[in-house]
Amino acid sequence: MGLELKILNVFKAYNGNPILRDCSFAFAQGCTYVLQGPNGSGKSTLLRALALLEQPDSGRVEYRDGGQILAADLELRRRITLVLPRTGIFNTTVFKNVAYGLKIRGITRAEIEARANDALLAVGLGHKKWQRALELSSGETKRLGIARAMVINPEVFMLDEPTANIDPANTAIIEGIILKLKQKRQATILMITHDPAQAQRLGDDLLFMQDGKIIPA
Amino acid sequence: MQSILEGFAAAFRLIVTLNPELWRIILLSLEVSGTALMLATIFGLPVGACLAMRRVPLRGLVISLLNTGMGLPPVAAGLFLYLFLSRSGPLGFMGLLYTPTAMIIAQCLLAFPIVASLSQAAIANVDPVIRQAAITLGATPIQESLAVVKEARYSIMAGVMAGLGRVMAEVGAIIIVGGNIAGYTRVMTTTIALETDKGNFELAIALGIILLTISFSITVGLRFFQRLGRTGTSAN
Repeated sequence: MGLELKILNVFKAYNGNPILRDCSFAFAQGCTYVLQGPNGSGKSTLLRALALLEQPDSGRVEYRDGGQILAADLELRRRITLVLPRTGIFNTTVFKNVAYGLKIRGITRAEIEARANDALLAVGLGHKKWQRALELSSGETKRLGIARAMVINPEVFMLDEPTANIDPANTAIIEGIILKLKQKRQATILMITHDPAQAQRLGDDLLFMQDGKIIPA
Repeated sequence: MQSILEGFAAAFRLIVTLNPELWRIILLSLEVSGTALMLATIFGLPVGACLAMRRVPLRGLVISLLNTGMGLPPVAAGLFLYLFLSRSGPLGFMGLLYTPTAMIIAQCLLAFPIVASLSQAAIANVDPVIRQAAITLGATPIQESLAVVKEARYSIMAGVMAGLGRVMAEVGAIIIVGGNIAGYTRVMTTTIALETDKGNFELAIALGIILLTISFSITVGLRFFQRLGRTGTSAN
């Protein structure tokens, strides 16, 4: 069994300005969902709420495992992840960035080495593992963010505009990575894009957000 | 001019012949200032981190007090500490006055606000996305905080170097609480003051050269960490 994810009547406002309005949806486990919608429609806020970075004002985000509702604690947070639009790369080497999520879980050094190397090879950054991460290009930085997230084997993998502001070559690489993740069907994938063609290429289910609500496309 | 040149020549002789008195003074200076700085960092860094990352009561007032403390006149710090440590003072029973320990406390009082205040500023300047990234990767609250502090490490080191610069050059506080006792509490700055008063310039010049070299090294170190910090704050 894996994580089942559902949002129920979620409402979220910033400074009295409603962003999510009575937003409800049940995500099927192992599916890839692509969220589209105009700026300000609530896509990023939705992912942040699902990633437990934001608390809804009302309604709830519900994770279940084997029918049991899970508490929004560290144990659950470690089964999900969100790649932020500004990745938040640490000022250290590429390798240490990828190793971070494993290190804080107390995983052995040998296993960290093996898994981080695999993740770096998967995103095409194996040859840059000892380079300072802040010296990477925008596209490489996005790939590093994905490697850092995929190395922890999340059961719900969220990506907020993973291909925004990068060149076609890097976009193609990132799409390839997401397609491979999708084929494994180990994680439920939720990603945001403004590119309809990309949404068609990657998504099992296309969702459209408008005025803080999810509308199946 | 002749006497100045002679003074420099004699000073260089003292340095190259590894004069025991000179080296005893240098080592004591480094021991006192190093210990004071270490203590100021042990106490100052957590205070700075808490002020930057937690909702602390009277946060603004504490930051203002620390900023004021950065400009605390050493003589005033020395005077207040003297009043506390003197035989009739509240801590007089400890017998610390005119000991290296009293000098360490005095220098720690001067370095603490610098380390705490600059650490606070450094940590507060870290891009919030770093903390969020740590959370999304499964960090506990302590691991999140450590990730943020780690990101500010070069700016924090620059703050520690600024604290070192302050205590190494300080004379007012340690001469009051240390007493400038030969072979016991006499350090570089107090020796320079005393020997200049006595007209014995060789030792004063030798120590002056070494103090300038240390100050130069601190400045180079400060610039190094500031440069690393600048390249490190941009979170992609």
